[in-house]
Amino acid sequence: MADPVPPHDHGFRRSRILAGAGGRWTAALTSSLIALASTAVVVGLLVWLIPKSKGFEEVKATFFDRAQFRDSFDGIGEAFKTNIKLFMVVEAIVLVLALVIAVMRSLPGPVFFPVRALAVIYADVFRGIPTILLILLLGFGVPALQVEGIPSDEMFWGGVALVLVYSAYVSEVYRAGIDSVHPSQDAAARSLGLGRFRSLRHVVLPQAVRRVIPPLLNDFIGLQKDTALVFQLGVVEALNQASIDASATFNYTPYLVTTVFFLAITIPMTRLTDWLIARDRRRRQAGGAIA
Amino acid sequence: MTGDAGLVIEGLHKSFGRKPVLRGIDLAVEPHQVVCLIGASGSGKSTLLRCVNLLEPIDAGRITLGGEDITRRGVRVNAVRRRVGIVFQSYNLFPHMPVLRNVTLGPVKALGRSRAEARDEAMALLERFGLADRARDYPDRLSGGQQQRVAIIRALAMRPELLLLDEITSALDPELVADVLEMIRDLAEGGMTMVIATHEMGFARDIAHRVCFLDEGQILEEGAPERIFTAPQEARTRRFLQRVVDAGRMDGGRGGT
Ligand SMILES: Nc1ncnc2c1ncn2[C@@H]1O[C@H](COP(=O)(O)OP(=O)(O)OP(=O)(O)O)[C@@H](O)[C@H]1O
Ligand SMILES: [Mg+2]
Repeated sequence: MADPVPPHDHGFRRSRILAGAGGRWTAALTSSLIALASTAVVVGLLVWLIPKSKGFEEVKATFFDRAQFRDSFDGIGEAFKTNIKLFMVVEAIVLVLALVIAVMRSLPGPVFFPVRALAVIYADVFRGIPTILLILLLGFGVPALQVEGIPSDEMFWGGVALVLVYSAYVSEVYRAGIDSVHPSQDAAARSLGLGRFRSLRHVVLPQAVRRVIPPLLNDFIGLQKDTALVFQLGVVEALNQASIDASATFNYTPYLVTTVFFLAITIPMTRLTDWLIARDRRRRQAGGAIA
Repeated sequence: MTGDAGLVIEGLHKSFGRKPVLRGIDLAVEPHQVVCLIGASGSGKSTLLRCVNLLEPIDAGRITLGGEDITRRGVRVNAVRRRVGIVFQSYNLFPHMPVLRNVTLGPVKALGRSRAEARDEAMALLERFGLADRARDYPDRLSGGQQQRVAIIRALAMRPELLLLDEITSALDPELVADVLEMIRDLAEGGMTMVIATHEMGFARDIAHRVCFLDEGQILEEGAPERIFTAPQEARTRRFLQRVVDAGRMDGGRGGT
């Protein structure tokens, strides 16, 4: 791009840049101070107000019991491994199944109409059922059938329910990615004699998946939390362990322990996702400036 | 490098919805011939090229390539496309692969050549057209002219019998046009059979064995470039060329080479 500022204006421009740099520095400092001050005020108010509430002593005793926290920590940590395992297995299956559904939905032409219809129905149905309801339906319903050769394990069916629901969501994420790749990319691949699926595999999907990594991670944060729902089936995972501990002692601190465990994995994932989104935006803006 | 019977288009019709875009095209391109398609925007040049590469289904007519009817029912579309290269105005390189992989993707995945062979051939082509040092770069690091030359190399790597070029310099800054045209001239001298849609009249006059003037989906006039450019028979051809002269595009492609 040509420099629009004529030479005799350089002095003017330099002074503005200096002022700009100084201004930016001061502005940053000011906003940090403001943020710090307002945080201090809010936290101060909470610390001052909450203990004044009528039920505070009781809540403190039932939810923030130090000894209880220590006692239930290991047991819940152990049970939390079940959540992690469930999450890992379900996530791996969802990543693949959702991709298959998204690809089914992207196939063009009248020949593939039944395939597309199937994919649409799938996505509509399983996004429409409350997750907890599907877990109950499958987790209690299927084992009750007592069919020979079908697993009757609740955890298994809880996992199946999560796979079904999350594959529906994630297939939509993939689909948005596939749609965002310009048709000329497919045309270029096809014109080289690559078939429909080779073009998808080597040209369209790699670009599509790269673009949807942040929203994919977002859905997986949801999945991490929703592993706790299988507690309704009696599976001993972190939430169930907490409720067992809590009912044994009439103290709710175990729920706090479970909360801490969940936050320990969801917050890093959330930060990572936000960072990726921000990086993406920066890249796109940089790309836009070049183009 | 080229087949035996070239390209023959007979009675080709094509509509988009109710809108007729190609209305009875007859065109024969012999092996090693270069045919340039000229004509106003919307006259159907791109559509014609896309039909030859089977990127658009046709409504009526027949296209034969090397003696084989490629528009018959049940033709193996991918096999035909492997024999016909096409380069688009907007390059359409694959942005997620380095230049070298852009060039080897077709040979490896569509032709089933070995990676090593495809690489060697790709490097030889990149070398020949002065792009060997960019083999490892991603397309967005390259200038428009370089990207377009890579797109041409990508098509050449398939060793096509026929190369279709669709206004490949229209998206380029003027100073980048010459390199690309030089490359095409090189290919023409090497005997590549080509059909070229272009707005660069000077270039068409220079390189074409035959020029076809396309007007509202029909080939209104065709002949040797000297005749079309100096003594056009049809009033519409004269009007089109007059407009081109007025726009100062008559000499495009001659300068800088
Ligand atoms: N996919 C499509 N759907 C509907 N109409 C189309 C499509 N592609 C092209 N057309 C129409 O067909 C006509 C011919 O288009 P085409 O792109 O072949 O012209 P062209 O000669 O290549 O023009 P230009 O010089 O602008 O590239 C135009 O009127 C265009 O609007
Ligand atoms: Mg066109």
